[in-house]
Amino acid sequence: MAPYAFVTPAVALYVLVLLIPIGYTLYLSVEKTQVSGLGLGTGARRQVFAGFSNYASALTDAPFLSSLLRVVIYSLILVPVMLGLALLFALLLDARRVRFQRFSRLSIFLPFAVPTVIASLLWGFLYLPTVSPFPSILSKVGLSMPNLFATHVALLSVANIGVWGGTGFNMIVMYTALRAVPSELYEAARIDGASQWQIALRIKIPMIAPALVLTGVFSIIATLQVFNEPQTLAPLTNTISPDWMPLMRVYDLAFNDNNSYEAAALSVIIAVVMFVGSYFLLRASNKRVFEGR
Amino acid sequence: MALTRTDGALTEAPSAAALTRRRGRHGAERRTAALPTVILLLGAVYCLLPVAWVLIASTKNDAQLFNTFTLAPNGSLFSNIRGLSGYAGGVFWHWMLNTALYAGGGALLSVTVSALTGYALAKFRFRGRALLFNLLLAGVLVPPVVLALPQYLLLAKFSLTNTYWSVLLPSILSPYGIYLARIYANAAVPDEVIESARVDGCPEGRLFARIAVPMMVPGLVTIFLFQFVAVWNNFLLPFIMLSDENKFPLTVGLYTLLNRGSSAPALYSLVVTGSLLSIIPLMILFLALQRYWRADLAAGGVKQ
Repeated sequence: MAPYAFVTPAVALYVLVLLIPIGYTLYLSVEKTQVSGLGLGTGARRQVFAGFSNYASALTDAPFLSSLLRVVIYSLILVPVMLGLALLFALLLDARRVRFQRFSRLSIFLPFAVPTVIASLLWGFLYLPTVSPFPSILSKVGLSMPNLFATHVALLSVANIGVWGGTGFNMIVMYTALRAVPSELYEAARIDGASQWQIALRIKIPMIAPALVLTGVFSIIATLQVFNEPQTLAPLTNTISPDWMPLMRVYDLAFNDNNSYEAAALSVIIAVVMFVGSYFLLRASNKRVFEGR
Repeated sequence: MALTRTDGALTEAPSAAALTRRRGRHGAERRTAALPTVILLLGAVYCLLPVAWVLIASTKNDAQLFNTFTLAPNGSLFSNIRGLSGYAGGVFWHWMLNTALYAGGGALLSVTVSALTGYALAKFRFRGRALLFNLLLAGVLVPPVVLALPQYLLLAKFSLTNTYWSVLLPSILSPYGIYLARIYANAAVPDEVIESARVDGCPEGRLFARIAVPMMVPGLVTIFLFQFVAVWNNFLLPFIMLSDENKFPLTVGLYTLLNRGSSAPALYSLVVTGSLLSIIPLMILFLALQRYWRADLAAGGVKQ
């Protein structure tokens, strides 16, 4: 009996905060409000079965589709830059004759301790010409600051916050993996006259492939769910609309348009895409990386 | 030459690279690689930039913040803190306490549940064990943000929104924490210890609390830290659940302050000071508990 007692709290919570809400979302996603008459008085608004009409309107919802395109571009920019930097710094931390390694390791990991909302506030102020130190610094060398909230630039400005916040954690994961590689492997290559770069490219990076795949998959999943950064920056600019990213569109539908039904359908679509996508990504990467050895 | 290695190797176990470095004492080994060092330092500067800015900016009053930006600090930090403390009857400090409650309390409850479940999954063979583990792992893949909406709608039916529990309850279950706890229990609690305690007639609950938990403590601290940061970072859940300003965590509080600031820019200096004050405790926690940030688990866990 003991093991069942031990797992009871987790199972109860699983049902309460995961299964029931998922079931409820599925239920809401096939319902709608029907207004009879002028929609006044009690009973004028009823909840009725809607079939898949919410899904149909969610899938043809123009704001959602453009936010979907935006988030894919966002992810395509953010993930390679962030992981590229993380790998570069991890290799530098592991390299010989590089100084200030401890200081840099701590400094680059530090943003992990800053919540994304606070990070967005800080960067938001740095982007805002009225309070940012950049305009006065740039004017000294004869440059002016570009509008970092301009239509197409804003995506890069938001991605920068993601890079800033995420590089350190991924760097530590890769660095830890690097240190687990037996150093005899490098010694042999070094005696054969391989340069540091060759050792990094030919030995270190292939040896930590599992860590790279793992950080890649989790980074893609996380960036597709971006919400905090654009939501926090929105009060500072008109470029970032309330439906700028898919999850912002869900929030917008549910709380601004008061349409929980279509918001539920949209949630289901996003959840299914994420779930299936990450399942296959993880499975494919498992096959390639772990069975290849 | 003064440039011997003094960095690293102070608090951490020496890496293989550090050991070879110390072994090779000839000149070429001790020469600094200038370009890589500069690149690494540029990375550090980029990461410290916003933090340095908020340190300086929080010493400026409104006029100085908007007009004369110089890197030199001014002397208004304490008057800014007073201004922030006076805002809406000191609601900022409420937010601070609430954050400690949500993140600290949530993480503590989460560690307890994770330890219990992870230990059971690692050390017992029971029917449904594999099913439970797979269900939990699948839970990792469900985007937590997508759950916030139905959780809100359901709690609203029972008038439970805008309560502390509405934020705490969804923060307790952490599939990732359970997964880590299972790895720790497997690695840190030997089967022989459990068996001999059972032979001595030790009840299972006591065995767990008195013998297994103390062995798992370093791992549990790691789970606590990850969950603490996760709750701290979860903006959407309290943003949706709470309407009473006095129950806000710092993130939601500062966000609403910024939102009001777009019509009353005088609030910006309060947001700046508030941002600084809110990251200080976290940075202290982060630096003090450095050795518990075991990212190797994330990497090492995959190899199993």
